[in-house]
Amino acid sequence: MAKMNLLQAVNHALQTAMEADEKVLVFGEDVGHFGGVFRATSHLQEKFGKTRCFNTPLTEQGIVGFANGLASQGHKPVAEIQFADYIYPAFDQIVNETAKARYRSGGQFECGNLTIRAPYGGGIAGGHYHSQSPESFFTHVPGIRVVIPRGPYQAKGLLLSAINSPDPVIFFEPKRLYRAAVGEVPEESYQLPLGIAEVLREGTDISLVAWGAQVEVIVKAADMAAEKGISCEVIDLQSLLPWDLETVATSVTKTGRLLINHEAPVTSGFGAEIAASIQQECFLSLEAPISRVCGLDTPFPLAHEKLYMPDHLKTFDAIVACVNY
Amino acid sequence: MQDNRQPAAPLLTHKVEPISNGLHAIPMLAMLDPQGKPYEQAELPELSQDKAIKIHHAMVFTRLLDERMIAAQRQGRVSFYLACTGEEGAIVASAAATESLDMIMSQYREQGALVWRGYTPRQFMDQLFSNHLDPNKGRQMPIHYGDKALNFMTISSPLATQIPQAAGYAYGQKLSGQAAITLCYFGEGAASEGDFHAGLNMAAVLKCPAIFLCRNNGYAISTPAEEQFVGDGIASRGIGYGIKTLRVDGNDAMAMYAATLKAREIAIAESCPILIEAMTYRLAAHSTSDDPSGYRSQKEEQIWRERDPVLRWQYYLQQCGWFDQDAHHQWQSEMKNTLLQAMKDAEIVPVAPVSSMIEDVYHTPPWHLQRQLTQLQQHLERHPDAYDLRCLGEGE
Ligand SMILES: Cc1ncc(C[n+]2csc(CCOP(=O)(O)OP(=O)(O)O)c2C)c(N)n1
Ligand SMILES: [Mg+2]
Repeated sequence: MAKMNLLQAVNHALQTAMEADEKVLVFGEDVGHFGGVFRATSHLQEKFGKTRCFNTPLTEQGIVGFANGLASQGHKPVAEIQFADYIYPAFDQIVNETAKARYRSGGQFECGNLTIRAPYGGGIAGGHYHSQSPESFFTHVPGIRVVIPRGPYQAKGLLLSAINSPDPVIFFEPKRLYRAAVGEVPEESYQLPLGIAEVLREGTDISLVAWGAQVEVIVKAADMAAEKGISCEVIDLQSLLPWDLETVATSVTKTGRLLINHEAPVTSGFGAEIAASIQQECFLSLEAPISRVCGLDTPFPLAHEKLYMPDHLKTFDAIVACVNY
Repeated sequence: MQDNRQPAAPLLTHKVEPISNGLHAIPMLAMLDPQGKPYEQAELPELSQDKAIKIHHAMVFTRLLDERMIAAQRQGRVSFYLACTGEEGAIVASAAATESLDMIMSQYREQGALVWRGYTPRQFMDQLFSNHLDPNKGRQMPIHYGDKALNFMTISSPLATQIPQAAGYAYGQKLSGQAAITLCYFGEGAASEGDFHAGLNMAAVLKCPAIFLCRNNGYAISTPAEEQFVGDGIASRGIGYGIKTLRVDGNDAMAMYAATLKAREIAIAESCPILIEAMTYRLAAHSTSDDPSGYRSQKEEQIWRERDPVLRWQYYLQQCGWFDQDAHHQWQSEMKNTLLQAMKDAEIVPVAPVSSMIEDVYHTPPWHLQRQLTQLQQHLERHPDAYDLRCLGEGE
């Protein structure tokens, strides 16, 4: 075990994957010699050479298209998009190519080995072009997996699973936790299962679901609720597509209440999918409407960032409202 | 031009010889040597003493603003800043060749163009401090300026998006019969984006009076230009798209001024786009979040420091007898004070009211945004002490 922050855990996962399999290649804007603008790919070029870790020209559509080609040839590309906000030029390559390569060729060709990493989310005074949480655009795309870790241990284990997954994975990293989240991380290789949620804390009155950086927020709200005698079950979804309906449904069947928290705008956010599925599965167990504490339906603000955030206070108030419904 | 529908006699070859180079090397336009002395063969454009001094002031002011704000960022007064240092010549002189009706679309490192257009120290500061006087209502990170009155399109961080937009804007200018162009700035890194290629080709095919001005400053954050492209810079691409192209010494403000003047004249007269590649150097760090010592040497920086475009212009003014050392120093210290005062004034101005959060998403806030605002306001009333914000009071 070693103490690592989330960035170091990502870096460690990449190094582990590159050591284990020479087909793993890491590339993107500024990821080579410099090690990425956040330093997630530090020293990888030094260790593995310029053919395996390199800078690309500044073109996201090029990066993902190139990665699609490499993946279909049998390599394991790990492509970095510098900020999730800049993934949109690559949208066509992801939605129409990465996701459909296997389906359209009847399984002859595929991009299953591809992993796309991108820092996402707010809390860094980044305004609307350095703070977006675009996960739900991708959860609408059959054929790709969407994975988001909440801390260093999850980052390493989930990223290694993503790289070794036979399906393409979009791996969003909560950048406001890059240096803030620190924890024990095994130095050896390990994988955490994709598609599986983790129950962080058991409770009886309400289930709280979040992913990535917002997990810390619902934990804080659960602590506040505990002081008021409300027992929260806290779930980190970890994988958004496919997601762990069973774990969430089992929890809600027990608690009778559900609150979903995400930073992305509420409308058509992934919370809507969870709410719809849970009311289908747990209708007779529900004691209150499913609550969503999310970003506003506006672009991500700058001066009003703190007001926009679905923070612990908003979450706590919603917990109380749910329990008193 | 090759047109398959009219098989006129094409140029034939009978040897399999891939063309590996362009037709000829693209020369770089230079008018002033590093000592500010005009090259013998250079045909200098007409330029009055007033305008020459104004160009100098805009360059120096841009540098003072950058120095002030980098220091302010270090002091924690602003979250972020990005400097134009080393590229003032390319930016100010090209902007100086436009008319006020011309639209400027910038990438983010072109504050010198705004200075030229008359953006005031206070206007800069209001944006940089995201206060409610910023016309963008404090919604964008520092340096993302925009000013409709000055025909300066609000900056967007996603790179190269302004390039096809400039083609469209210029096409609109042409249709509405304006003798105006769109000046579109971008970096050599941004020119790798798909939007660059789409935009240039659209502009060429649709004959849009736009000037595409690439600042080839050697780096895109840490990525050197040689890892960005292999061809002959950005200029060679203009030729590929059938666009008239100029490569210019970007640290030679006179050459930049002459090139842009000419480009504007051609764009309007012939109704066509022009590409200018300004060869320059990003002397600054990419931004205050960056430390260039990780990817380039001090020695390399020193070479370019010695090619300072602002000094070269000063030398030129001196040779013309248009430079008054004392007057300049006095002006400079006045400007420093003005900047400092503007900063002090702007940083205490509150941010926009909470109600502005749902404005400008749509023309009129729809029901769901109004509902979300009400919920937020109720939340703030329940927790009056929880949020430390300098919001302008409602109705103020
Ligand atoms: C679409 C997109 N991808 C990535 C980025 C992140 N980014 C911001 S500036 C920059 C480098 C741009 O370099 P260049 O165009 O040469 O301009 P310079 O900074 O040198 O002025 C990058 C990669 C972005 N803003 N937009
Ligand atoms: Mg550049």
